[in-house]
Amino acid sequence: MDRIYDMVIIGGGPAGYTAALYATRAGFDTAVVERLSAGGQVALTGVIDNYPGFELGIDGFELGMKMQQGAERFGATTHYTEVLSVELSEKIKVVHTDSGVIKGKTLVIATGANPRELGLQREKELVGKGVHYCAHCDGRFYKDKTVVVIGGGNSAVSDALYLSNIAKKVILVHRRDTLTATKIYHDPLMKAQNVEFCWNSVVEQLVADQRVSGVVIRNVKDNTRTQIDCDGVFISIGRQPATAFLKDKLQLDNVGYIIADETTKTEIDGVFAAGDVRTKALRQIVTAVADGAVAVHYAEEYLNQSK
Amino acid sequence: MSVISVNKDNFDMIKNSDKTVLLDFFADWCGPCRMVSPMVDEIAEENSQYLVGKVNVDEQPELAQAFGVSSIPMLVVMKDGKIVNQSVGARPKAQILSMLED
Repeated sequence: MDRIYDMVIIGGGPAGYTAALYATRAGFDTAVVERLSAGGQVALTGVIDNYPGFELGIDGFELGMKMQQGAERFGATTHYTEVLSVELSEKIKVVHTDSGVIKGKTLVIATGANPRELGLQREKELVGKGVHYCAHCDGRFYKDKTVVVIGGGNSAVSDALYLSNIAKKVILVHRRDTLTATKIYHDPLMKAQNVEFCWNSVVEQLVADQRVSGVVIRNVKDNTRTQIDCDGVFISIGRQPATAFLKDKLQLDNVGYIIADETTKTEIDGVFAAGDVRTKALRQIVTAVADGAVAVHYAEEYLNQSK
Repeated sequence: MSVISVNKDNFDMIKNSDKTVLLDFFADWCGPCRMVSPMVDEIAEENSQYLVGKVNVDEQPELAQAFGVSSIPMLVVMKDGKIVNQSVGARPKAQILSMLED
């Protein structure tokens, strides 16, 4: 007979591995299905300063690995494979992956989110050729060059600050006239000598031959267009939940987040949504790990009731 | 086979190999590079028909520049000294293998 796990968790970020930690400690036979490597978005972040317990901050990649090791210490298994589709209608939940089928009595979806694309022409083709989504990954290639950062939220502003230490000039393009980022970022950015702002502006076009050489921006107030020369563009306009495989399977909101409240329960019994992937007010590591634990609490209740 | 640490001195030998070559351009400080790195190690160990090398872009800026690297990890597949496939960003092992098989 096929192995049926008590809990299958899709996604090996903070929510996923916290669920795995709590599940294995509750005696569940637990599997985590991860596409790439532990940590998710955390692993792509330089230093994490807002996860308590690390007084000097902690390297994001390392934190992700520690969470994985913590769960595996109690017996969680990780399958490195990509999820293609899920079947949620029966009592046993079935996960189809590119290396076979994984079955579980309960399912926690903790697939998180990916950087949102602008949707500009040639954007996909120019990734790595001047179009970037991760300043901490690619910023160092722009020493003494000019870069455009698009966005005004926390990640855009922290990207702009980081890049201002490397690049000759940073131009922040934001569709509003003020930053939406948390206050702690404002002062250092305003004080940086080499950061310029294009307020009320959106990027309409990437100017590129083989590589990006500029952007065309449009002022949303007066509709004037300006071309800015630059060597690279860092797009930081928020996140897109990784829920494409759940379309028509589970109720999603208009942007694609799984509709679930603080209980992490979805509309389907035995299926839970934890971390950044669900509708919530604050997407942080601390709220993701909380979701992981809460999901296991309700999964335990569900398993006891359905015995 | 184990992974070769590529530098500007041994690059010509690697480029001129009869085998299909996989190059992983990386840096120690890059999260997605650290995700890809163990998969590249496995591919090297499990597939003796390929020559697999890693290029540290901080230590080998000439090679990074020659390949126009501005985003890492960058994976490059070479056959007979020519680039036949390349990609940027972390991706699953199966996808890396399919880049080599194309």
